Amino acid sequence: MTRTAGAGEALLEVDSVAKSYGALDVLTAVHLSVPAGQALGIVGPNGAGKSTLLSVINGTERATAGTVRFGGRDVTATPADARARAGMGRTFQVPRPFAHLTVFENALAGATAGAGLRGRAADDRALAALAMADMLGVANTPAGALPLLGRKRLELARALATDPRLLLLDEIAGGLTEAECDSLVATIRSLHTQGITIIWIEHVVRALLAVVERLVCLATGVIVADGEPSEVMRSDAVRAVYLGGAL
Amino acid sequence: MTSLVPGEVRVDRLRRRMITVQIIGAGVILALAMAPYVFEPSITSQWIKLFYLITLATAWNLLAGFAGMVSVGQQAYIGLGAYGVFVFNDLGLDPYSSALVASLAIGAIAFALSFVAFRLRGGYFAIGTWVIAEAARQIVIRFDSLGAGRGRGISDYTADPVMRNLFTYWLALGIVVATLIGTLFLLRSRLGVALQSVRDNEVAARALGVDVSRAKRIVFVLAAVMAALAGAVICLQQIGVQSPSQIFSVSFSAFMVFMVLIGGIGTLEGPIIGAIVYYVMDLYFSQMGLWYLVVLGVLAIAITLFLPQGIWGALRSRFDITLFPVGHRVVATSRPAGAAPAGPGEPRPNRTTDATAASATTEG
Repeated sequence: MTRTAGAGEALLEVDSVAKSYGALDVLTAVHLSVPAGQALGIVGPNGAGKSTLLSVINGTERATAGTVRFGGRDVTATPADARARAGMGRTFQVPRPFAHLTVFENALAGATAGAGLRGRAADDRALAALAMADMLGVANTPAGALPLLGRKRLELARALATDPRLLLLDEIAGGLTEAECDSLVATIRSLHTQGITIIWIEHVVRALLAVVERLVCLATGVIVADGEPSEVMRSDAVRAVYLGGAL
Repeated sequence: MTSLVPGEVRVDRLRRRMITVQIIGAGVILALAMAPYVFEPSITSQWIKLFYLITLATAWNLLAGFAGMVSVGQQAYIGLGAYGVFVFNDLGLDPYSSALVASLAIGAIAFALSFVAFRLRGGYFAIGTWVIAEAARQIVIRFDSLGAGRGRGISDYTADPVMRNLFTYWLALGIVVATLIGTLFLLRSRLGVALQSVRDNEVAARALGVDVSRAKRIVFVLAAVMAALAGAVICLQQIGVQSPSQIFSVSFSAFMVFMVLIGGIGTLEGPIIGAIVYYVMDLYFSQMGLWYLVVLGVLAIAITLFLPQGIWGALRSRFDITLFPVGHRVVATSRPAGAAPAGPGEPRPNRTTDATAASATTEG
């Protein structure tokens, strides 16, 4: 929002990134270039390496090989907190609330640490993030007392409070009812129209297709399909991944 | 409870409560500072112990309760603080200035040690801090000038015992007041939220931009300085160190854990209550010898079983009270139709000005 990248200029570039835990290769040579303002969806079976890819992008995990560039800067060796301050927001698939803090204070942590705000500006940012995630009503509730849906929304609110340029969403719609899912889709779509670049991992394909303009399919640590969402969903590669059969 | 609507909310830091706390606090501090003029020295000198117990409990609570660093090695800094008094006293400083200078020097040592300690997590961190404390004791007893393994007295001290007690009393009071005020403002600052987020989930805190090591290091050093100040006070009160194994004793950590758990971990009020409970127990039951420790143990077990939040935690959940407000509360600024906010000229008793300003801007 503050920095408007020209059309086609990549905000995020993932270049031949690999990640292995000992002998287990989770990601092998992943290439991904995401232009500023794009909404990108990632699908793939369990264990394909989707969450690991987000972790390598935001710095929660270090890549074993390859480089990650964000806003033109090489951030491969940059710690996660510095990447967050540079404008990467991330939600976790299994919510990680700050259980003893209130919902507002959870968001405030993002607004102060991530967005670097203080005083009234930080309060306002955190309140705006709660409003966007529809959590203002439970602002004073201890985060540890939230039900699953609340925890998922809290993940989103906290990430938004950091004022991200790039938002990494990890299965934020999983486990929601259809109505809840629709309101979440509306929220994410409005974030997209505000110009925030989004990378969204999701098993609920219907929700994903309602927002993203590009879809990537990840399987056994490599990208097997990348392109226009409906074409990707129809492609032989994706059918093979989900339904079995020769690639 | 009123519903919270976007654009019609503000954050209440309980500023009014803070002002009340400051006024009452100032009164209490003043009264305590004047107490030696009213009470016998034998009484006020006993309070010195209460002051350093509160300091120790508050420091350990900041470390473990707010920053999630469970240390059993704070006696390292207590011992170094006590011995630091000798070092600077021998260099020509008076004992009271020595206490302050030594504590700052120990803060620098703790800063260096944090790079070692932070390589360890959870239980390993706890054991590591204990190892550091043992190492500190082993190093200190190598020095003959510090009395080797036998303890030592302060060589250059105020001659008049009454004045000596008085100065130590004021120093201990000043230290506990500084510790409490410092902790309160630290927790109300941005760092307070960052620390608690690290305590609750380090990975998520980092992903939100919290510089985890920096936040922890600040608290680690502050807690060490507070422990060192307490150690220096112990040294001044006893006019020296009885033995290195006493001042570096791990039982200090046990008592800190006791005080914080009894009072209520993760609250500012809890350690004060815990320290008072421990102080009173110590005053009246310590002659019981071994049975005293049994009573302490039973009390600790009973409270963790039946009041897991500690005494203050139980009181707070029952009566919704706060002595030292560190939290944030989101409140509605909207008011019923017709009740327009007061103009600048109208008196608004018991209303903070920023609340008025906030409601005025949202309605404007």
